[in-house]
Order: sequence, then C-alpha cells, then structure tokens
Amino acid sequence: MADLTESTSADSRTPILELDGIGVWLSGREILHDVKFEVRPGELVGLIGSNGAGKTTIFRVILGLLTPSSGRVLIVGGPRPRRNRSVGYVPQKIALDPDMPLRSRDLVALGLDGHKLGVSLPSRRRREMVDEMLHAVDAMPFANARVGSLSGGEQQRVMIAHALISRPKLLLLDEPLANLDLRSEQEVVELLAEIAKEHGVAVLISAHDLNPVLPVVDRVVYVAHGHVASGTTDEVVTTDVLSQLYGHNVDVIRLHGRILVVAGPSPRADPALMEQLGRLSNPVDDTVAV
Amino acid sequence: MFAGFMINTWIVASIVAIVAGVVGFFVVLRGSSFAAHAIPNASFAGAAGANLVGASSIGGLLVFAVAGALGIALLSKRGRRDVATALAIVLMLALGALFLSFSTEYAAETYSLLFGEVLGVSSSELAPTVVLALLAVAAVATFWRLLLLTSVMPELAEARGVHIYRVELVFLLIVALVTSLSVPVVGALLMFSLMIGPPAAARSFTTNPFVAVVLAVSLALTTVWIAIAVSYMTTWPIGFFVGVLGAAFFLTGRAFAAWRGNRAHPRAARHSQVVAA
Ligand SMILES: Nc1ncnc2c1ncn2[C@@H]1O[C@H](COP(=O)(O)OP(=O)(O)O)[C@@H](O)[C@H]1O
Ligand SMILES: [Mg+2]
Repeated sequence: MADLTESTSADSRTPILELDGIGVWLSGREILHDVKFEVRPGELVGLIGSNGAGKTTIFRVILGLLTPSSGRVLIVGGPRPRRNRSVGYVPQKIALDPDMPLRSRDLVALGLDGHKLGVSLPSRRRREMVDEMLHAVDAMPFANARVGSLSGGEQQRVMIAHALISRPKLLLLDEPLANLDLRSEQEVVELLAEIAKEHGVAVLISAHDLNPVLPVVDRVVYVAHGHVASGTTDEVVTTDVLSQLYGHNVDVIRLHGRILVVAGPSPRADPALMEQLGRLSNPVDDTVAV
Repeated sequence: MFAGFMINTWIVASIVAIVAGVVGFFVVLRGSSFAAHAIPNASFAGAAGANLVGASSIGGLLVFAVAGALGIALLSKRGRRDVATALAIVLMLALGALFLSFSTEYAAETYSLLFGEVLGVSSSELAPTVVLALLAVAAVATFWRLLLLTSVMPELAEARGVHIYRVELVFLLIVALVTSLSVPVVGALLMFSLMIGPPAAARSFTTNPFVAVVLAVSLALTTVWIAIAVSYMTTWPIGFFVGVLGAAFFLTGRAFAAWRGNRAHPRAARHSQVVAA
C-alpha cells in the first residue's frame, strides 16, 4: 500500500486533533461539559461511551457541523477551515439504497472530488488512485459491485476508502463496528490499526463497547453524560476513574483479556442481592449508562 | 404520422425524453419523486393562469414551476420535505382550479395541460424548448458530482463543507425547468411518469451511474416515440401511453433484477472475473 499521507509530519508530537474545554448546550440541556483530549499522528484513539453519552456530538463539533458554546477545536494546530480536506469522516448511519446504480469504485471516487462542480471524466490516473485505495482496504473483490447491496463489513471498508482517498491526516469513524459480525468487526479494527500505524494517520473511532477495539487502541477517551476521561486504558478504565465519571460506583473487572465495566453496589441496593444477581453478566450498557 | 405538421411533435417529444431521462435519474436517486410530482402540478396552474390573462403559456409554466420549486425548498428547510411538498401540491391545484374556472375554454385546455397533446406543438414553441433543454442538461452536468454525493450520503456531504440545501434548491430548479419545457407535450401528470418510469427501470439493468443515465434516456425516448405513434393511430391521449410504457419498463426492470438476484452467488461470479482479468 502506498503512502496515504501527503507528507509525513515533521514533528510527530504535534497533535493532529486537539479539543480544549468543549461545552455544548442543546435545547437548554448540557450535552458536553469541558471535553478535552487530543489525538497525535499515527495514534488510534477509542471514543468509548454508551448510547446517548455524546460521542456523535463530539464528532459533529470536530467536523464543524455544530458550534460549541465554549472551548475550541484545533486541527493540525489551527482552526478548522470550512472545506477541510485533512479530515476524513465515516458517519454512524450509512443507509445506502440497495438498488442504486453506484459501484464501490464510484463511491470511493466521490471521496476524491464529490464536493466539486463538473463531471469527472474517467482518466487513468483517477482509476489508479481509486484502485490503490480499494486495494488498501481490501475491497478489490467487490470494486464493481452495487455498493448498496454489499454486507455491512464490506460497505464499511468502502466508506473507509472513500474517507481516505483525499489523504486526510485525521480519520473519524462514528461507531464503525455497530451492526458488524464478529469477523468483520475484527477485520475492520485491524485495518484501522494498519492505517494509523503504517501511514501515520490519526484515527478517532467511537464505540459503545470497549472490548473490540481494546487490542488496537493507544488511548481511550471515555464519555459518560457528556463528561470525558482520557488516557491509556490502564489509566482510564479503572474503578476509581469511571466511578467518578459516572457519578456512582462502578466496578472494572478484567477477565481473560476483556474488560467488564459493571454497576457497583448502589447505596440503595442490597449488597447480598447484587452478589446473587451476578454482576459479571451485566455489561455497562445495561446497568450504568444513561 | 411523419407528415409536416408532426415534425415539431417528434422533435420536441424527443427533447423532452432526453431531459426527463437525465433529470429523472437524480429524481429517483434522491428520492424526490414526490417533488417531481408537485412541480408539474404547479406549472399546470401557471399555464392555466397564463392562458387566462392571455400570456404565453410556457412563460406561465416557467414562473409557477420555479415558484413551486422555491416554495418546496424554503418550506422543507424548516420542516419535513414530504409535508412541504404536499402543501405545495395542494396550493397549486387550488390555484389551477380557480384559474380554470374563470377560463372559457375549460375542458379542452385542462385536458391537454394534464394529459398532453400530440398535435399541440407549434413551431414557435420549438426554440424555447431547445434552450430550456440545453440549460437543464448543462446544469445537471455542472452539478453532477455534487448531486451524486448529496443524494447518496447527504450527512457526509455536509461534513465535507457542501451546502446541501443549496444543492437541493438547484436540483428543484432544474426539475422546474424540465417541467416547463415538457408539460405542453406530455402534460403535467405524465411528465412525472416520464421522469420516474425510465430512470427507475434503468437502475435494474446496470450498476454504473453513467450507463444508468444513458439507459434512462434511451428508455424515455423509446417510450415517447412509441407513445406518439400509437397515440396518432388510435387518437387516444399520448399521456396514457407514456404512463403505461413507463410502468411496463419499470416492471420489466424489477423482474430482471429479481431474476438476477435469484441466480446463485452473483458476487462470487464477479470475484472470479476479477481474478481472471
Ligand atoms: N439536536 C439535539 N437537541 C437536543 N439534544 C440532542 C441533540 N442532538 C443530540 N442530543 C442529545 O445529546 C446526547 C448525546 O447524543 P449523541 O452525541 O448522539 O450520543 P452518542 O453518539 O454517544 O450515542 C443525547 O442525550 C441526545 O439526546
Ligand atoms: Mg452516536
């Protein structure tokens, strides 16, 4: 796979993405509070939180679709220009019409110049760029297939190729593992790790479950009720930090390389009963969140 | 049916078919069928109004179609697009009914505006039709990539800095333009079927967007040519045949898609072709 970035950053410690004290209020409700984290070149950062935690809102702020009421977003050290070619984005919901006459390669090509006026005439150079990108995400076998009729994992690869073909320095993926089977989940995670490691792209990926991304993330940003805690998994995913983030007792249990975040005994609950209910079987989404 | 007085009809109908195929491809892709139904309704009211005050009917068509497009775009910025579109239809039909009630040539006029008229094309209508058609095709070519991107993934287009609302407005104006040049020939109600039937059918036969447009144009041309010929021979309205043929092509396309989908492992077959190449 060819080099995906236009030029390798001189100083690899300069963050590609920097959020500083972001606050968001929507319909009189505080959705994000003092959100602060950064992503550096070649880093894969997991944005972890249950439904409604504020992950998509964070992406919308980064993309400039939502103006925060406080704080600032810096991309490659500067403010975000309106047509930012240095940010690639894969939205949470991609509902592609299965009957639509559009091949995977057409969708990837739209990543190159879909925002411009005029018709793109087929050229060898364009074709090569698209092919190279389809190769990179291992989507060549379905390059000419109707993109809407592909499986979730296949569509996810095509979407990643679409986002990467403009050679962004930052790649944002909103819940790319939702609705994927276990195998495609693992394949997509490995692909993202490769993009970050080998090509120096800063990757921010949101997920409601920490475990699928656990093997590849450098750091995590944990989101709960619009508050975040960021750092390495060992720093953030601990009983103390998460209990403080959620505002009540949370137990973090490491089991066979997996991390389970479960509701701890609340003052009102009978501790003996909690034991009987088997806390291990309750993942965070069912008990702690919302 | 190839007599001198029919030549204009053949030319104008062919132009209508070409633009209906090109624009209809995006009408179907964007899921704008309802708007493509509303705007011809608006233009119908415009023609009725123009007729009443003795103005050129193509002028009236254009003014009302554009007003309808702007109305739908403005209303749907705030609320749901289908509701905005429905409101526009209701309003325009009400106006059309009012204008027609004042008119003396009530029945014949309504009929030809709604269902089209094979013999209704005069030489003076030829030039404006050609100009509007060229404008519409040029506009689609100019916005081709933006229309594709905003149709397929509007949220993503917005994230890339595309003003999706402006693109929608441009698209509705293109539909208004196409409608204005078409209504005198195929009629308001059936211009709609020409913009939906052939492009929807074309989707089933190809995966390539360019080919889909070419195919949509070919099917639309076939539709109007057959419709004119049969309408001339039977004296039944051209709109009837346009509608029936549009539906027939669409059903054929769906049947083909179903047949293709039932073949075992179509994607595996494509894989082996790629490997062999
Ligand atoms: N436009 C809006 N107006 C009011 N509340 C909103 C709006 N958009 C999102 N929210 C609320 O913000 C919270 C975070 O939403 P979101 O960022 O989509 O969460 P996530 O992506 O983590 O599931 C939710 O409680 C949601 O209801
Ligand atoms: Mg979300």
